[in-house]
Amino acid sequence: MKLKRLLIGGAAAIALAGAAGAEPVKVGMITTLSGGGAGLGVDTRDGFLLALKNAGEAGQQVELVIEDDQQKPDVAVQIADKMIQSDQVDVLTGIVWSNLAMAVVPAAVAQDKFYLSTNAAPSQLAGAGCHPKYFSVSYQNDNLHEAAGAHATDAGIGKVFIMAPNYPAGQDSLAGFKRYYKGEVVSEVYTQVGQTDYAGEIAQIRASDADAVFFFLPGGMGIAFMKQYAESGVGKPLIGPAFSFSQDILPAVGDAALGVKNTAQWSKDLENQPNAAFVETFQAEYGRLPSLYAAQAYDTANLLLSAMAKADLDDADAFRAALAQADFPSVRGKFRFGPNQHPIQDYYVREVVREGDVLTNKIIGPAMADHGDAYAEQCKM
Amino acid sequence: MTLNRDTVVNLAILALLVATAIGAHVLGNGFTVTLATKAAIFGLAGVGLNLALGYGGLISFGHAAFFGIGGYVTGILASHAAAGTPVATLPFTVMGSNEMLGIWPMAMLAAGLAALVIGALSLRTWGVYFIMVTLAFAQMLYYFAISWPRYGGEDGLSFYVRNSFPGLNTFAPIQYFAICTTLLAVALVFTAVVTQSRFGLALQAARQNSQRTVALGIRPYAIRLTAFVLSGMIVGLAGSLYADLNRFVSPAMLSWHMSGEIMVFVILGGVGRLCGPVAGAALFILLEHVLGGVSDYWQALLGLLLLAIVLFAPGGLIGILTQRRRHA
Amino acid sequence: MLLAEQALNGLQYGMMLFLMAAGLTLVFGVMGLINLAHGSLYMAGAFACAAVAAATGSFWLGLAASLVAAAAAGALVEIAVIRRLYARDHLDQVLATFALILVFSEGTRWLFGSFPLYLTLPPSLSGAVMLPGGLHYPLFRLVIIGFGAAVALGLWWLIARTRLGIRIRAGEADREMIGALGVDIARLYTIVFALGAALAGFAGALVGTIQSVQVGMGEPVLILAFVVVVIGGIGSIKGAFVGALLVGMTDTLGKALLPGLLSRMWDAASANTVGASLASVLIYVLMAVVLILRPQGLFGAGAGR
Repeated sequence: MKLKRLLIGGAAAIALAGAAGAEPVKVGMITTLSGGGAGLGVDTRDGFLLALKNAGEAGQQVELVIEDDQQKPDVAVQIADKMIQSDQVDVLTGIVWSNLAMAVVPAAVAQDKFYLSTNAAPSQLAGAGCHPKYFSVSYQNDNLHEAAGAHATDAGIGKVFIMAPNYPAGQDSLAGFKRYYKGEVVSEVYTQVGQTDYAGEIAQIRASDADAVFFFLPGGMGIAFMKQYAESGVGKPLIGPAFSFSQDILPAVGDAALGVKNTAQWSKDLENQPNAAFVETFQAEYGRLPSLYAAQAYDTANLLLSAMAKADLDDADAFRAALAQADFPSVRGKFRFGPNQHPIQDYYVREVVREGDVLTNKIIGPAMADHGDAYAEQCKM
Repeated sequence: MTLNRDTVVNLAILALLVATAIGAHVLGNGFTVTLATKAAIFGLAGVGLNLALGYGGLISFGHAAFFGIGGYVTGILASHAAAGTPVATLPFTVMGSNEMLGIWPMAMLAAGLAALVIGALSLRTWGVYFIMVTLAFAQMLYYFAISWPRYGGEDGLSFYVRNSFPGLNTFAPIQYFAICTTLLAVALVFTAVVTQSRFGLALQAARQNSQRTVALGIRPYAIRLTAFVLSGMIVGLAGSLYADLNRFVSPAMLSWHMSGEIMVFVILGGVGRLCGPVAGAALFILLEHVLGGVSDYWQALLGLLLLAIVLFAPGGLIGILTQRRRHA
Repeated sequence: MLLAEQALNGLQYGMMLFLMAAGLTLVFGVMGLINLAHGSLYMAGAFACAAVAAATGSFWLGLAASLVAAAAAGALVEIAVIRRLYARDHLDQVLATFALILVFSEGTRWLFGSFPLYLTLPPSLSGAVMLPGGLHYPLFRLVIIGFGAAVALGLWWLIARTRLGIRIRAGEADREMIGALGVDIARLYTIVFALGAALAGFAGALVGTIQSVQVGMGEPVLILAFVVVVIGGIGSIKGAFVGALLVGMTDTLGKALLPGLLSRMWDAASANTVGASLASVLIYVLMAVVLILRPQGLFGAGAGR
């Protein structure tokens, strides 16, 4: 384990402890660093590390332990046990996938650890299952789909074909879209998880009288669908959440993604000073453009640092209050927490464009402003 | 068959496992106790598979099905007990349970029933067909579990509190380790008795020479099916314990990687040897833990190491320790 | 019209599965080897195609590279590892090839990084064409159907009409015999394995073009190829062909038709989810039915070995 443990600071941090006025905070990052889904975890890790580096001395107060969950929920649970029992971390973070978060987060917060989500934010943890020690810094899982629904309504799309994989996140996705879509859903299709051939669904899209297609197909599923859709000659416009158009995936989709509208709470061209600094330093450090996941992890680290500057972790209530203030320079510009400690933030419509040699996203307008989530009312804390 | 080399090695492996857990407990290293518990549970799954694979020659690549079923039975019963709702009302009312003593028989029963159906169909085939058919049945359950929303689908099912055992605090790592190791020991004794019984000898005879067995008036199909069901039940019990270890079940327990891993435990330790799977599981977890610290690409190193063992040490770990191969 | 398009989709899917299953069944049949790493060769082909196409700008060079790279990887693996396994039981073969998957997957990730690769069609093959009857259909899917049919014919010719084919058939019938007849078995096995690998790599490149090129892409296809081989009968190219088309059609038409059928009984939302769940297990049900009726598969000789 020693080599993997990134001790940022260490002895030097203790010597400097007086500077920031607080003890070093031990953070356990559980994320996916091997296997097919490793790209998202790598960006999560790199975004988090970059924020610590950019923070200089304050960043050295964070002692980070990183472990690979292999995208397996049982492994994630065991790592969490290890981090809590052996490493005695104070804060956990980094999980990419909702099913892994559902396995880890409830037990972690029950053992009095803070959990700051860099990505996954399932509805169960936003509603009745909310917890004072659980913060989602990314969004609530339904949000990007809701924004897509709102955008489709605003754009005057009358009939839409919607499609997602047949698993809980997919079912939440279509429910989220329909929550803010006022037109007619002509067809609702559930695909297999891990499916990579969409000829059948494309035939159904062609045969339908829909004006546009909304789809949520994360990872390789989305790459496959978009390439096949572009080949099929069915010209109906596509709308989706940002996951299939994130910077880690776009190069693999290629021109098939050009012009597709997608919704997100962040984009690399969002105009604010922290974002400009983030995109520039990320490129300088890693030689690639940051993805949504990197941006969320960057914000998570900065949120943690802001709370550390205000309160001591030994005083859990004060630390929680400091986190809840969200007093940090977010790359999203505006950021605050709702009553269930999930973000209230703006969502944007982006379009996939070509800038020189690389495909990336450009904001073309707002989708929703100051949007919270549908589950906050069920949260009693 | 007095105290021969195999027996010594078997006892030494168990002693080592227990000593590791107790030592870690004394030093206050709860996580190492958890790892030892995981080794005991995976060892139990391996012991179950070994009954079919090692003694019966039935190369099942689908035992994750029984592992997962055991896990899901545990998760479903526990979540219903927590919510206070019945699991089923027809044909008769089944209530949830958070008592391990009540859950284990249910998990084993369900896994055994599944093994009966899958085995009855799969045992009509042989050789490579059998490997692939068992794999395909497990995949079928895997896809079903992912897309069936009632118990969490791909998200899996969390139940937050470990089920209880009379007189013990199951949440204390060392006490849960004691439960798992005791069950492992029981399964080992059971396997030793069964393989020495008339049934066990007939099973091994059927592996070595099917025709001669038939000539002796033994029906290999019935014998093999029985072994397959017993094997599935033991693996189902292991699945139940694993679910309790993590307080969580998910379709990942049904995936073909899981089947492959259980098989790796058996082969790593030594096929058809009583404690082989336990040694294999312990070694596997140790490797995962050590290699994981060396590189992000540790799975490649694990693969190379497995390759080396298959190619150059076909008797597995116990084969190396006892210096001879059991069967070619 | 929709049904005709779905039938074409099923045909194309079946052809793709055939390219995978052909190599798998050949290696089973001739060497009696179960190769779990066949999916890794499929992945190797796709990565080679993507890397060469990116470097040279030519899709066709990439496609050729997929054949060469997968065949070379296959030959290398055969010589280094696989040939030590022929005399072993299936158990050792399963474990060794399972280990090879780990090595291939993480090795590829180490070489190419964690992010999916870009691979797309040349303009000459992209877009849709109008078929008789007014059906728009993607050109490249027709090309895949064509490639699949060509490979099927080519394999039939190879096995029925050439010296290599005679040796392969002899090898399937009696392994010791052909050695006694002075055939260099080691070389024959390497060639057969490389041939199977090349077919898998070719399939990977074709599929990667319209799907995605990423680590782990071979595993779901591998399991389906197993189902195809079981249904068709081990060692039978004809069985692999029929089995592949059967699986392709069942899967595609099941997904397309089941939700519609169920919606007559239930409301649309639950019919959709239940239909999708049922469709995903349909091919396994098909396999179970075939095994109950014919345990050795549709065209199996009966030797599972």
